[in-house]
Formats: sequence, structure tokens, C-alpha cells
Amino acid sequence: MSVGLGHFLTVAAVLFTLGIFGIFLNRKNVIVILMSIELMLLAVNINLVAFSAFIGDLVGQLFALFVLTVAAGEAAIGLAIVVVYFRNRGSIAVEDINLMKG
Amino acid sequence: MMYHAIVFLPALGALIAGCLGPAIGARASELVTTTLLGVAAALSWVAFWQVGFGAPVMRIPVLRWVTSGELEVAWALRIDTLTAVMLVVVNTVSFLVHVYSIGYMHEDPGRPRFFAYLSMFTFAMLALVTSDNFLQLFFGWEGVGLASYLLIGFWYLKPEANAAAIKAFIVNRVGDFGFALGIFGTFAVFGAIGFDAVFRAAPAMAGKPMMFVGQQWDTLTVICLLLFMGAMGKSAQFLLHTWLPDAMEGPTPVSALIHAATMVTAGVFMVARLSPMFELAPLALQVVTLVGAVTAFFAASVGLVQNDIKRVVAYSTCSQLGYMFVACGVGAYAAGIFHLFTHAAFKALLFLGAGSVITAMHHEQDMRKMGGLAAKLKVTWIVMLIGTLSLTGAGIPHVIGLAGFHSKDAIMEAAYAAHTPNNYAYWLLLIVAFMTAFYAWRLMFLTFHGPTRADHATWEHAHESPWVMLVPLLVLAFGAVVAGFAFQNLFIGHDEAEFWRQSLAQGQDNHILEALHEVPGWVTWSPTLAMLAGLAVAYLYYIAVPALPAATATAFRPLYLFLLNKWYFDELYDWLLVRPTLRLGRILWKQGDGAIIDGLGPDGIASRVLWTTGRVVRLQTGYVYHYAFAMLIGVALLVTWFMFYGGVGP
Repeated sequence: MSVGLGHFLTVAAVLFTLGIFGIFLNRKNVIVILMSIELMLLAVNINLVAFSAFIGDLVGQLFALFVLTVAAGEAAIGLAIVVVYFRNRGSIAVEDINLMKG
Repeated sequence: MMYHAIVFLPALGALIAGCLGPAIGARASELVTTTLLGVAAALSWVAFWQVGFGAPVMRIPVLRWVTSGELEVAWALRIDTLTAVMLVVVNTVSFLVHVYSIGYMHEDPGRPRFFAYLSMFTFAMLALVTSDNFLQLFFGWEGVGLASYLLIGFWYLKPEANAAAIKAFIVNRVGDFGFALGIFGTFAVFGAIGFDAVFRAAPAMAGKPMMFVGQQWDTLTVICLLLFMGAMGKSAQFLLHTWLPDAMEGPTPVSALIHAATMVTAGVFMVARLSPMFELAPLALQVVTLVGAVTAFFAASVGLVQNDIKRVVAYSTCSQLGYMFVACGVGAYAAGIFHLFTHAAFKALLFLGAGSVITAMHHEQDMRKMGGLAAKLKVTWIVMLIGTLSLTGAGIPHVIGLAGFHSKDAIMEAAYAAHTPNNYAYWLLLIVAFMTAFYAWRLMFLTFHGPTRADHATWEHAHESPWVMLVPLLVLAFGAVVAGFAFQNLFIGHDEAEFWRQSLAQGQDNHILEALHEVPGWVTWSPTLAMLAGLAVAYLYYIAVPALPAATATAFRPLYLFLLNKWYFDELYDWLLVRPTLRLGRILWKQGDGAIIDGLGPDGIASRVLWTTGRVVRLQTGYVYHYAFAMLIGVALLVTWFMFYGGVGP
């Protein structure tokens, strides 16, 4: 059995769904949310690379590299925010972060 | 010009003291109002002499007042003998009360206001007695009611005073409702409200029927009864009497002026003034007699057991007003007005004397805590003695007596000569004469005689009032002695027709004033004997055997409680009228206004808005993942929509 495009897309979809559920079902802390977002970005990357290889167009793989870069930057900023938040409020439990409540 | 001065000087005084009182100070207010009243009183006596001895009846126009369609009302002063008598009574007593108040109220910070009210009352009363038409009568009628309200509630920091003032006002509204209907009826029937026009047209209307509340009635009977309803309220007659005893919450000079001498007699004056109409309505006159006799009996019976010195005098006033109405009811208007005249003197005297006692006792009004004061308050004791003798009708029949003797005996004789069914009016009044003597002497004995029951400090500090209070008392005492025999001939004796002339009507068959001189001898003697019996019983109860009152009260406990609680009228009215009204008001307030109007209207809409926004607010939890979820769902829906309906689809 050869590994085809469908398999790649399935793995990416599974990863993406895991990422979404990681955001919703997570009740613990913000870092898990950041990790889930990272997971979703990687799923998108797999899609991009898979389609790129399948079509034979390198632009997709190039775009995946950009996504990685942005993801790295996003992770750095996100973690920095988490650290500052923890300093200010003493907790990064998701339950406690509801300042945007109406 | 003189008559203008008599009526409007008190109004001027009221305006000066009322508007400028704070600026010119209390002393100046007192002096201005009292001086103006003094001038008015002096002029009143001049007017009395002129009108009483021959000056023609006058109608002095003052201004055009109301012109509306057929209704034309001019403000005019009607000066005849009846007016002149009332002018003298009102202005003299008012002047004396003003003087007395300078002493009585000397510690009160609200003196300018007090004197302004007193003068305003006097003006309203003068407008009432000089009225030339029903509207003016009504103006004065309501004016004195307003002044009475203001003065009863003068000490407005006392809750009881406010309650009493409101009660007086509301009970009077009941009477005034009938009074206003009577005036409307007069206008509807006669098309005019001037006294002259109405009196001229009245004989033609006698016996004619009219529609009233869907029934045929005799026109004049209906109108007279409605008008008399107003008199019942103003003069505190049976069923509408409840406000008068409570009105004693006001300052004592007010009680003397308004609730003894002048305002409460307005009803009697009104019946006498409208005698040309009442003479044509025999049924209405019978009602007047009945109400008067019942009131006299009722009030005297309650007065027997009251312990508050002012309340005893108040019930006495109520009872004496009953006498006056009996006199008017049997057609002896002159006798009624004569009693009004003498009563003003001796009852004002009793009230002011009671005020002097109350001042001496440091505002103690309970007679059970007095006693033996004759030694301390010599002058007050003497004048109160004169007042009591006059009230009880002390005198020697066919010879001479104090003021009350002449007028009261005339009424008794008139009641006998009128031949009411079973002579009930005469017998009731005879019992009342006995009870009057009893409660009046009881007051004297409890207050001035026997051992003192006051506590030591009060007794030590009890002192005679200053001369500014005693002089009015002495003047009134003089009046209470001489007013009877000095004026008897004029009012009810040989010169009666000369004196009254057209001011009091006598029907063709009305010979009561002649008949009352021809009653059997025992009738003439009976009130004197009843008075002596009352004195003897009072002496027995309160001097000879002081244990007797308590024993009697225990033996006849239900009767005693019945009398002490004023025949339970206050409770009855409370249960019958006040509570249901309050309940109805509460229902309309809570259910009608609160639940329905507010509940469906403003409150309902507001609460719906709050409810909705409350739901909306709960959508915003503040949790990031909820927002993210909403965003993703949104994206998913958007994508789905595009797939099926957007341009991407197959």
C-alpha cells in the first residue's frame, strides 16, 4: 500500500481537529491553548506540503516555511504574554481568565 | 364706610401680620392685629346701636364679583339687625381673644402667624355674617373652615393636632357637600342666589314638587335640609359632631373664639338668616328640632364623664348648640340668636378661664390632677364661677338672672309651647338642663374645690395669670352677667318686632314668641329646679361623698364606658367609614396602580428589557475558548453556506 495524498490529508485533518478540541476542552492553562494553536498550524502546514508535492509546485512548501516562521514568532509573543499575565494576576488557569466578561 | 371698616380691618391686620410678621416682629404683629380688631369691635357696637334702634336695613355694595351667564353675584354687605348682632358677637369676642392671646401665647415663637390666622378667621366670619347672597355665605363658610383647620393644627409638630385638624376639615366637607348641593338647588330653582331675590320668590315655590335623586320631593324641604346638612357639619350637630372635641388640640384661645363663640354658631346663624325659606318648609324645621334636641342630650350625657377640662367645655358647647337649633326648629329664631349671643359670652369665658387654669397647671388638662385651685387662682375662680352660673342658667324665674338663664329659659318655654310630639323636645332639654348643671359644677368642684390632687411641684408653681389675660376674662364675665336682662326685651321681649324687623321671618301661623310667655308656671320653674338638682347631685358626688363617683362608675360600668367613649362614635365611624376607605385605597393602590398600571406599563417594559439583557450578558462568559468556539462555528457555517449557495458549488 502506497502512501497517497489522502493519507496526508487525513493526518492533517486529525491533527487539526485535535487542535480545535485542545482549545475547547482544555480547562487547565493557557500554555495548552498555545500548543493547540501550534498543532493546528502544523496541520495546515502538512496540507500545504502535501498539496505542493502532489501538484509539483514549490510555492506551497515555501508558504509552509513562512507559516513556520510566523508560528515561531507567535509562540514567542504568546509565551511572553503568558509570563506577564502570570506576574500580574498570579494565575494562568483558563478558569480564572474571564476579564472579557460582559 | 364704617361697615367697610368693620369687615376689612381684620383682613388688613391678617395681611400685615401674615406677610410682614417676620419683618416687623411678634410684638408689632400682636399690636397691629389687636388694635385693628379693637377698632372694628368698637365700630360694631356703634353699628349695633344704629341698626338695633331704627336705622334702615342697608345693602352696601362693595364690588361686582362674579358674572357668568345668568349668574350675577355682587359682593355686598347686608346690614340688618341679625348682622349687627353677629358683628358685635364676633368682633367683641375676637378682640378679647386677641388680647388674651398676647398673654397666653407669649412664649410661642409662631405668634405673628397665630395672630394672622386669628384675624383671618375674624375676617372670614365677618364676610359670612354680612353676606348678601349664598356665594358670599359660602365664601365665609369655607374661609372660617380653613382658618379653623389652620388654627387647630397651629402646633403642627404635634401629631394629634394635625390629626384633629384634618378630621375637622374632612367632617366639615361632609356637611359642606350638602350645603353646596343646597346652594346649587337654590340657583336651579330660583335662578338667583341673592338673599332678597330668593326670599321674595320663596313663597311662590312653597309646596311645589321637584325631582331629586329620582324622586318627587317638596322643593323647599329638600333645599332646606341640604343647607341644614352644612349647618350640622359646621355646628357639630349629632352625627357630624366628632370633630369638635378633637379640635381642642388647638390653642385654648382658638377654642374659645372659633369652637365656642363664633364659628360653630355659623350654622345657627345660617338657619336664622334663611328663616324665610325654613318657615316654608315645616318638615325641615322638624328635622332641625329633632337634631338639635338629640345633640343637646347626647353631648351633655358625654360631658358628664369626661376628664379633660377642655373636652367638658367642648361637649357643653355642642350641647348648647343643640339648644339653639331647637329654638330655630320650633320657629323661635330670636330665642336661638339670643342664646347664641349670651352663649358667646359665657362659653368664651369658660374656655378662656380653662386656658388660665391650664397655664397655671403647666399645660395639665386632666381634672383628676387638679382640685383646690380656688385658693391659688382667685380671679380665675370667680370668673369661672360666673361662667358656670350663667351656663347652668342661674336666676330667679320672672325676676332676674344671669345671661344664660334668660336665653335658655326662653328656649325651654318655646320648646314647650311648640307642642312637639309628646313634648319630646321640652323633656329632652329639661334632662339636658339637669345634666348641664351636673357637669358644669363637676368641672368647678374638681378643678377649684376639695383637696388638691396635683403633684407638689405643679401645685407650688401654680400662679394666677397676668392681667393681660385676666382683663378679657373680667369683660366676658361682665357680659355673662348682664347680657341676659339687658337685652332680653330687645331680643325676645316686647320690643322684639321693632328690633328684628325684617331680618328674621315669622310665618303667618308662627306665634311662638308670644306663646312662650304664656306657658304654665311650672314650665318656667322647671329649668331652674333641674339646675338646682344638678348642682345638688354634683355637690353630693364631688364634695360631700368623694367616693361616690367611683362607686357609681363601677355599678353602672357598661353605661359609664359607653359615655366615656362618647357613645363609641369614633370607633363606629372608624369601623364603618375610615377602615373601608383605607382598605379600598390600599386595594386601588396596590392592585390597581401598582400591579396593573405599573406592572404592565413602565415596570413591565423595564423588567422585560432587564430580563433580555440579562440573557444576552450571560453569553459573554469572558472565557477565551468560548469566543474561539463561536468564531470557529461561525467560520464553519460560513464555509458551509458558501459550499451550498456560494459561487464555489458545482
